[in-house]
Amino acid sequence: MMVCEKVTDPGILSEFARAIRRMVITSLAEAGSGHLGGSLGLADVFTVLYHSILKHDPDHPLLPDRDRLILSIGHVAPVLYATLAHSGYFPVEELMTLRKLGSRLQGHPARDHSLPGIELSAGSLGQGLSVAVGMALAARMDSKNHRIYSIHGDGELQEGSIWESAMSAAHYDLSNLTAIVDRNGMQIDGPTENVMRLEPLEEKWKSFGWEVFICDGNSIPDLLNTFQLVSMVRSKPSVIIAKTLMGKGVPGIEGNYRWHGKVPAIDQVEEFLAELDKSGGALR
Amino acid sequence: MSIRYTNKGDKATKTGFGEGLLEAGRRNAKVVAIGADITTSVGVNLFAEAFPARFFSLGIAEQNCVGVAAGMALEGKIPVFSTYGVFAALRAADQIRVSVCYNNLHVIIGGAHAGVSVGPDGATHQALEDIAIMRSLPNITVLSPCDATQTKLALLFAIDRIPGPVYLRFGREAMPDFTDEDQVLLPGKAQFLQEGNDLTIMAAGHLVWESLQAATILRNRGVSARVLNFHTIKPIDEKAIVEAARETGAIVTAEEHQVTGGLGGAVSEVIVRNCPVPMEFIGMNDRFGESGRPAELMAKYGMKAEAIVQSCLKVLIRK
Ligand SMILES: [Mg+2]
Repeated sequence: MMVCEKVTDPGILSEFARAIRRMVITSLAEAGSGHLGGSLGLADVFTVLYHSILKHDPDHPLLPDRDRLILSIGHVAPVLYATLAHSGYFPVEELMTLRKLGSRLQGHPARDHSLPGIELSAGSLGQGLSVAVGMALAARMDSKNHRIYSIHGDGELQEGSIWESAMSAAHYDLSNLTAIVDRNGMQIDGPTENVMRLEPLEEKWKSFGWEVFICDGNSIPDLLNTFQLVSMVRSKPSVIIAKTLMGKGVPGIEGNYRWHGKVPAIDQVEEFLAELDKSGGALR
Repeated sequence: MSIRYTNKGDKATKTGFGEGLLEAGRRNAKVVAIGADITTSVGVNLFAEAFPARFFSLGIAEQNCVGVAAGMALEGKIPVFSTYGVFAALRAADQIRVSVCYNNLHVIIGGAHAGVSVGPDGATHQALEDIAIMRSLPNITVLSPCDATQTKLALLFAIDRIPGPVYLRFGREAMPDFTDEDQVLLPGKAQFLQEGNDLTIMAAGHLVWESLQAATILRNRGVSARVLNFHTIKPIDEKAIVEAARETGAIVTAEEHQVTGGLGGAVSEVIVRNCPVPMEFIGMNDRFGESGRPAELMAKYGMKAEAIVQSCLKVLIRK
């Protein structure tokens, strides 16, 4: 089977993540609206997934045995698009059509706009984990070995439907399912713990019957190691609580929730890219 | 032309749903079913017993049930999720909208316990707004068969022939079962039940039988009523509606649903654009139901044959 060649060298992956962040910044500035903070914060997670973890083939996006990735938080579509383009699913230039009329790159990912690599049209929070559970159950029924990954925001965990699906994943012992929570501690109105407390988050997932891993979601070595540990879990779904920094890579906006739903102006792009080039990357 | 329709015996429409699902399970290994605890009362238990490996109990969690169904459909399964219409169409409306309809997936949602004929459980459990909500969603097909046999046929049709999302509405109470087992359902076509030229009664669900009774009463009073069964509310049969308007000049719609947004709304939308004629609406008039015996409630809310007759006489005055 042809699959995307896996990269495990943290130095190379770190450069990939930097390239993906560049694409996120430029495409969002061109779009004039969208979600920069979360997209930058997740760039390391996406880099590791698409270049090191997922079994997939950009030339055959519907490969039956591919691993599935469900982006439940559709608003960070820019980092998904940038990673897909970087992996070769479609030309990098197409990123500049983001959010524009007639584009395949909708504001939230859309299957019906025929962009290769999109598993699910999603963006209404709280729905992706249910869909991932359905895919995991179907894979098990068909004795397939591929894995299902779903990506969630921490604010998204305030949706009750997340916990309905969490309960069902554990009830059916879905060890082929891995949820990744972007634990940046922020949501649109401010810190998650002020808007609606999520802690103790690890205990919540544990009590729902999940195997819980906590890692630095902006550390490529830590992410590689965590996915390795996840692959050894049997008879339980796993959740990775990935601690990330909103806006990671551009020090001037890191950790600032005001950049959740904001984008740089066109004339700020050079400054943002310069900051990105100075930053150390995700090697620690 | 006047045809006598014979009641083969009262039968709950949910029984037809259960029998249809069992048969679909035998015919097609891709069919899977999802239960939200009340599997026996919505007709999923037969399938669950026959095909335990293809039945998934997900508990009282309708939003998750719909999302899981979407995930299974993405992987080539044909999921059937059935629960009370209020909880399927209303509580899980956003999951149906985004995960199912926006993704245009072949998921069948069974909306059980439709209408006031649910009876003593009262207002919370009587689905009266589900058609309005479901038919406003792009990509979905909305079915509202008239009796147990047609519910079975409609479910098999939805599984075999409709490629996208389906909302299939059915009732709880035992009602006259008069559809032939070998009836062929035509997609997007109203079923022509009775010829008539003074007016047309357009009905869905349990009120189709009542409308046939109303037509008989009217005939004895010298009024010739056409009766159409709208087992498919979306896509609506525009041709049959326009023809009825042109040929009979007056329309009464009859449904166990709010008069806003359901079959009456769908018919009105066609009429005003093509051939405006006087209309009357049988259904719930912007209020909640209540507890009572099914027949009592249908009588109280003007859904029995005699009330349909009165609406027909009223619309004729405006013709
Ligand atoms: Mg957050």
